[in-house]
Amino acid sequence: MTQTDQAASGDISGAELRLENVVKKYPGQKTPAVESLSLTIPAGEIVAFVGPSGCGKTTSLKMINRLIEPTSGTILIDGEDIRKDSATSLRRKIGYVIQGGSLFPHMSVASNIAVVPKMLGWDGKRITKRVDELLDLVGLDPDRYRDRYPRELSGGQQQRVGVARGLAADPPVILMDEPFGAVDPITRQRLQDELISIQRELRKTIVCVTHDIDEAIKLGDRILILQEGANIAQYDTPDAILAAPANDFVHDFVGAGSSLKQLSLARVRSLELIHPTTAKIGEDTGPAVRRAEQAGDDTIVVLDDRDRPVAWPWLRQVRSHGKVQGEPRENLVTLDQAATLNDALDTMLTAAHSKVIVTGDRDKYLGVLDFETVTEHMRKTEREAQDHA
Amino acid sequence: MWEFISERGDIIAYNALQHANLVLQAVLVATVLAVGIAVVVDKFRFLDPIANTVSAIGLTIPSFALVGLLLPLTMIGALTAFICVAFYATLPILRNAVVGLAQVDKTLIESARGLGMSEAGVLLRIRIPLAWPVIHAGVRTSVQMSMGIAAIAAYVLGPGLGGYIFTGLSQAGGVNAVNYAVVGTVGIVLVALVADLLMLLLGRVTISKGIRA
Repeated sequence: MTQTDQAASGDISGAELRLENVVKKYPGQKTPAVESLSLTIPAGEIVAFVGPSGCGKTTSLKMINRLIEPTSGTILIDGEDIRKDSATSLRRKIGYVIQGGSLFPHMSVASNIAVVPKMLGWDGKRITKRVDELLDLVGLDPDRYRDRYPRELSGGQQQRVGVARGLAADPPVILMDEPFGAVDPITRQRLQDELISIQRELRKTIVCVTHDIDEAIKLGDRILILQEGANIAQYDTPDAILAAPANDFVHDFVGAGSSLKQLSLARVRSLELIHPTTAKIGEDTGPAVRRAEQAGDDTIVVLDDRDRPVAWPWLRQVRSHGKVQGEPRENLVTLDQAATLNDALDTMLTAAHSKVIVTGDRDKYLGVLDFETVTEHMRKTEREAQDHA
Repeated sequence: MWEFISERGDIIAYNALQHANLVLQAVLVATVLAVGIAVVVDKFRFLDPIANTVSAIGLTIPSFALVGLLLPLTMIGALTAFICVAFYATLPILRNAVVGLAQVDKTLIESARGLGMSEAGVLLRIRIPLAWPVIHAGVRTSVQMSMGIAAIAAYVLGPGLGGYIFTGLSQAGGVNAVNYAVVGTVGIVLVALVADLLMLLLGRVTISKGIRA
């Protein structure tokens, strides 16, 4: 990700993570699962561990919170050996997010999120406040969701709660194991966008294991590509890996058609947005419709009191009510500004407008991206690439 | 018949309560014991077939025979009755507890550990609550079964309604023989029905809404 992006956001709350000659050998196996992994993950960055199955990426991740104890080697968080404390107290300081959310089905959403704060002995009021704060952060309305049980949530919502639970005690390091592997592609893309948006605000150190190179390119500030035995094939930024794969393994893994992969590198925020007519919920329709007609728009973007888009009706739909109406926010498909052009095209294909609403931090409305802007950008990059060739 | 009951109303009610009390205490101890054993079995899986066999064979021992076996050790009285009832009460709960604990999703256990829960915390806050619907079903079966076992245990002068049945048997052909037998049997059935209702309520209260069927 770009430096300007980091400068624009909050202070780093993550900690540096260092692995030194970490080895994991299981008894009875000839070759170690992790041969000798040395790696420094800078504070406040997302690093994606990616590689074929059985390459040792999950083993490496689980050694960081000692779910698996290394055979030898040292792991340091913020310069401190993770074996200094007991495994349980270490884990309470490291967020852990698992595929599908892995929520405890017998606990309400609020109790699930409160698991770690409770173990840390926070008082009830602080926990309640924190739970609401986190639900809001992951885009779920606290009043509607805090007392629900996991089975009453969709897969995407469960995963959101899983992320909230991982963030609950504000840990400097968060480990994610295939976090978005269990949801459909559109939901996955939204969750990825949200994670990027949350990370822009929090600046944690996040280690994310995935087998999906596109996810790695999208989420990672850096990508660690692992070969069998957790040998590092390449450890670099997505741009550098796409531009100069270190060897044939990386080249094959990243995949053919790397120029198309550029679509997953370019972010929505690098394109110009258009700004159609907006209106607030509860506003009188008359003036809003007039504004739209003057601007030549046939739709209106409806925002709630926190400037979050909630609906995108046609003018004739707006006219049929006296006041501007909102809808439940989750029904509206929007795109985070950190989404890739790939995602943008995907979303437009399924949307009614061939345009898509773009949001920033905490789902705040930024503008609308239309199809022409995306295609124009693609043509431009292609021309530039040809000029270079 | 009615006269027989109304003359002895107080003492019948007292015995009914005693019967329920014996079962309640025995099942309570049995539950703690069974869940405890099940936790050990869950840790050392090779014990699983052993636990299953023991509970299967245990249920085939006639309760009358067990009372007889216990007599030389614990003498005539409430203690023998209690041990006998508790022994049988443990078996269905043990079976269900082993199955219930084994059914708990391993990834949930790992995520609980990953969040920093201690082994005791994982057991008390994750594993037992998640296995509880199955364990509870075992406890419910156990309560019903124990009602009958407690009647047999009355042979060694244990408390409860079983005494009426034995009196009826020993006086077979006498004036009140049938009355005694009927009061004992129907009384036990009624106590069992009430107990089952209470168990149902207990399930409502103790099984989380998130995992209730």
